[in-house]
Amino acid sequence: MNQGEQVKVLGLWGSPFSKRVEMVLKLKGIPYEYIEEDVYGNKSPMLLKYNPIHKKVPVLVHNGRSIAESLVIVEYIEDTWKTSQTILPQDPYERAMARFWAKYVDEKVMVAIWKACWGPRSEREKETKEAYEGLKYLEKELGDKHFFGGETIGFVDIAADFIGYWLGIVQEASGVTIMTAEEFPNLQRWSKDFIDNNFVKEVLPPKHELAALFKAQFGSVTSD
Amino acid sequence: MADEVILLDFWPSMFGMRTRIALEEKNVKFDYREQDLWNKSPILLEMNPVHNKIPVLIHNGKPVCESLIQVEYIDEVWPGVNPLLPSDPYQRAQAKFWGDYIDKKVYASARLTWGAKGEEQEAGKKEFIEILKTLESKLGDKIYFGGETFGYVDIALIGFYSWFEAYEKFGNFSIEAECPKLIAWGKRCAERESVAKSLPDSEKIIKFVPELKKRFGIE
Repeated sequence: MNQGEQVKVLGLWGSPFSKRVEMVLKLKGIPYEYIEEDVYGNKSPMLLKYNPIHKKVPVLVHNGRSIAESLVIVEYIEDTWKTSQTILPQDPYERAMARFWAKYVDEKVMVAIWKACWGPRSEREKETKEAYEGLKYLEKELGDKHFFGGETIGFVDIAADFIGYWLGIVQEASGVTIMTAEEFPNLQRWSKDFIDNNFVKEVLPPKHELAALFKAQFGSVTSD
Repeated sequence: MADEVILLDFWPSMFGMRTRIALEEKNVKFDYREQDLWNKSPILLEMNPVHNKIPVLIHNGKPVCESLIQVEYIDEVWPGVNPLLPSDPYQRAQAKFWGDYIDKKVYASARLTWGAKGEEQEAGKKEFIEILKTLESKLGDKIYFGGETFGYVDIALIGFYSWFEAYEKFGNFSIEAECPKLIAWGKRCAERESVAKSLPDSEKIIKFVPELKKRFGIE
């Protein structure tokens, strides 16, 4: 069934969006060819061909057909390769909840964290408060569960990869602290388990390289 | 056991319209409860504590929030009649991509056509038309975005169609002149029973805009 299957991922080494796709492919044991895209420099003809609308990564190319938007790609992978490791629950209500929280991470929490660390100075206090509140909702939603997906990594865990790995590095690089171990014990515990997972570990970008990237691109709060 | 379906909604919301249409497509009886967004009810705050927004779909006491998530949920719970999403994974991914595009792009620029003035309004109008043109070229010569059958992407966009005349009036431009195929698509969709039942009259929206501007403190 997998003969002649061609799976390519157009990605960016430091991007949590790009890594979501790779994590799921690894979790499901799907081989793929990875192509690093110079998104901020020279966009390749291939990127422009496969994602003409947004011209962004990640893009999944499966047997010549492309899919863009990381969470859309994750669901496509789930629908296409029926493996024992599933990312979304079977029950429609549980699926709707998973999609809700993944969207919340994407559109509210990540955005607020980013703006709190590196947005316009005048807005940082407001964004920090929003980021904190957003993380508190996630802390509550996670509760005592091993992962957001329950016993195994699921859709929301994948969507929250930024919180699991990038956030610590972003906080260090920017000097802005939003999530502490004392105030977010569940998320702290979860992030250790998340990044310890073999398949996740395999794709995470090296910490020191990410830190250097952030420092170079954004400087730190104390520097302006 | 009969399903209890409640929809917390606000009549001019193009997002609420999506959920109304999806429920109608599936012939699901639901209790429509109009909400006052400037005086939010206890049930709205309880059922959507994170965002406090409409629409909220409450199915047998359990809330589902976010309109496109609701549309997909409705499709999964009542799969028998009028499928809203394609069964093929690639087509389904394309539908979700365009639903996401509509969500990210249409509202913000559309709002500027009536909610902004001068240069900001002109820039908004230009961007809005560009986005509609992108959608129109995606539609092509098809009857609906998904092809022969009415579905997810049509549902994602059609609510905005009820606002088109208001955008044109307050923005002083013609959408039909720029995107005739999209207008033709809108008219086709409006003939569908589920859509006719769910979209308010354009006239009503036009009367509503000045009131909305006052609420937002826009002159």
